[in-house]
Amino acid sequence: MNPKRRQRLFIVLFIVAGVGIAVGLTLFALNQNINLFYSPTQIAAGEAPMDTRIRAGGMVVEGSVNRSTESLDVSFDITDYEKTVRVEYTGILPDLFREGQGIVAQGALDGDGVLQAVEVLAKHDENYMPPEVAEALEKAGKMPKPAGQEFNK
Amino acid sequence: MIPELGEYALIISLCLSVLLGTIPLVGASTGNGLWCGYARPLSVALFSFVLFSFLCLGWSFLQNDFSVAYVANNSNSALPWYYRLSAVWGGHEGSLLLWLLILAGWTVAVALKSRNLPDDILARVLAVMGLIATGFILFVLFTSSPFERLLPRIPEDGADLNPLLQDFGLIVHPPMLYMGYVGFSVAFAFAIAALLSGQLDAAWARWSRPWTSVAWAFLTLGIALGSWWAYYELGWGGWWFWDPVENASLMPWLIGTALVHSLAVTEKRGVFKSWTVLLAIFAFSLSLLGTFLVRSGVLTSVHAFASDPDRGFFILALLAVTIGGSLLLYAFKASEVKSESSFGLFSRESFLLINNVLLTVICAMVLLGTLYPLLIDALNLGKLSVGPPYFNALFIPLSLLLALSLGVGTLMRWKQTEGGSLAAQIWLPGLFATVLAGICIVMLPSLPGFYTSIALLMAWWIVFTGCRDLLNRVRHKSNPLAAALSQPRAYYGMMLAHGGVAVLIVGAALVSTYSEQSDLRMEPGDRKSFADYEFVFDGIQHVEGPNFTSDKGVIRVLYKGEPYTELHPEKRLYTARGNVMTEAAIDPGLFRDLYVALGEPLGGDAWAVRVQYKPFVRWLWLGGLLMTAGGILAAMDLRYRRQAQRELARSESMG
Repeated sequence: MNPKRRQRLFIVLFIVAGVGIAVGLTLFALNQNINLFYSPTQIAAGEAPMDTRIRAGGMVVEGSVNRSTESLDVSFDITDYEKTVRVEYTGILPDLFREGQGIVAQGALDGDGVLQAVEVLAKHDENYMPPEVAEALEKAGKMPKPAGQEFNK
Repeated sequence: MIPELGEYALIISLCLSVLLGTIPLVGASTGNGLWCGYARPLSVALFSFVLFSFLCLGWSFLQNDFSVAYVANNSNSALPWYYRLSAVWGGHEGSLLLWLLILAGWTVAVALKSRNLPDDILARVLAVMGLIATGFILFVLFTSSPFERLLPRIPEDGADLNPLLQDFGLIVHPPMLYMGYVGFSVAFAFAIAALLSGQLDAAWARWSRPWTSVAWAFLTLGIALGSWWAYYELGWGGWWFWDPVENASLMPWLIGTALVHSLAVTEKRGVFKSWTVLLAIFAFSLSLLGTFLVRSGVLTSVHAFASDPDRGFFILALLAVTIGGSLLLYAFKASEVKSESSFGLFSRESFLLINNVLLTVICAMVLLGTLYPLLIDALNLGKLSVGPPYFNALFIPLSLLLALSLGVGTLMRWKQTEGGSLAAQIWLPGLFATVLAGICIVMLPSLPGFYTSIALLMAWWIVFTGCRDLLNRVRHKSNPLAAALSQPRAYYGMMLAHGGVAVLIVGAALVSTYSEQSDLRMEPGDRKSFADYEFVFDGIQHVEGPNFTSDKGVIRVLYKGEPYTELHPEKRLYTARGNVMTEAAIDPGLFRDLYVALGEPLGGDAWAVRVQYKPFVRWLWLGGLLMTAGGILAAMDLRYRRQAQRELARSESMG
């Protein structure tokens, strides 16, 4: 093996090692930061872990939104028309948050099975339904009809 | 009538692009000069017809022709004319037509500005652009024609443009971004042409460089505009969310940045050639991937317009053909490429290589974080999202490392630098940077964390290594000032862009560390203080707009107890679709923004209000603008023109 080849080999090995370490660290960081999605049915069945950051989504139950008169605390129920989960949140809700609208909340389940949300996402278009929610509703066989066809078309 | 003409023009463009994609290619490989010569007029014709088609769509929007489905879905007669015009690219179909127009625009620009290129190279470059255009025109015609009619039931009025998009940011952000995305197709076409012809030399890098710089500059500008738009219109004061759609534009930018630097090495030193070609292929592939991610509906965001699976499938196929085909070509041809020189371990080449590796690694980790959820979902292993902490944990240290090597690389010489002379160069900028970063840290309101301190250090490091480099260039000249002023434009472009990086780093570090934010329940008379500013809520007024009604908050701001300004955040109801929109009120400043947004009414006179204090947030976009200016300036370097004249003279003397 001539010196030039050897030098090239070292460079290649160096790059491979660097990439290996980078990939390892990346996968580690990735695993620490993924938020799994659960439907209300899965949460009610106890499939979702407690005190871990998760995403939950469903339709906001009509008449369930309850704003505190003193602070920015708000609570509401989300449903896949099979089971419902209570969500508590402090802060400003997005513009497209409405009763009967599909939303996704990020947060952790507390001991009472209430989702303590740190973020509530409603998307930017009134015809839009988060795909996770749409799928959860499809699974429960409760996709609103015929309105369901209006979504995501 | 007009929309049909638009559609016909598009069909003619398809025929022209097929011709452009074949005749010159055949001509170049058989040495038929006549066939090669078709490339230029075909490019002009292609551009003319695509432009005509685009104008037809624009005309339909201006005329409120709601019999056209796309117009009816994205416009409204109450919409002001400039938003009706920008609504052309407010939806899927029209934005693809814009994509196409810009592609044709780049093609014709190459055709007209490259009179000095050898005919066979130019023929191949334009042919590759023609093939790309063929793919996209097919896509538009078969899956997303903007000219489809709603007959016979013509709606009386349009459904209105999504209110989020009724904004100056949307008028300019997509065209700029597309200029960048599509601009990489030129670099890609040059790379493919070089592979096909086997002439992968320094001349090739020199032809390709200005185009790549300009495309990169536009992409930078597009991303900066997008971030700015998200900041004031969408994000409640956030400027980067690691949203998959943002990542889709960041990835080609990262690889494009690597490409700009790698091209420099290839041109100056004749090394990294096959790597440069690979980067050119990947930059464009990632642009296509970005288009796929955003347009196919696999992602959910404001950009993911309502979509159907055919479209996603079509772009995926296009992506597979482009990446697969070009990599296959690369595999066959790249082994013939030989480096023209070698370089030592301590050399500018090495540090540009490190820069390339870091940028590629950053891009890979963004790609992983973006595609991982899609992959898991496709395999039916569950639904998940990757949070910003993942991206921050990797992006911040890697980009600071990049800043460090940027400074060292600036001071390195080509080919070989002695360790001793390098140390002699480095210690003074290092000392200055440390001292000034220390002073900044002491002046800050509270002690910053580790990364913020390092970021400040790196910003000064970039500045002082740049100064040192300039000093090296001029200090032995008889008139240093004149020498400093007469450096080539490409050099100033580089300095400007690197300065932009420093400004961006400062902005990102400080706004992330020292922003203050409160979500409050405010009744008239309620107050909130940040730093030296006090915000007083004076209640809500009702206002009527052209196509919306609005609740306008009145918030008085006091600076050190004295009246300073009044902010008017709005909550708008757009009547056509019944959309509610938040319009934040911002008092911008070079060193801080005051940001107020209205939440929802809480009963009585009380409103939810978000009040923010954002130090140095403008520096983010200022940095982006500096980088853009740097890219443009570098592309305007006189030596490209001189080169062009020389080559022209040579070809004439030979002919």
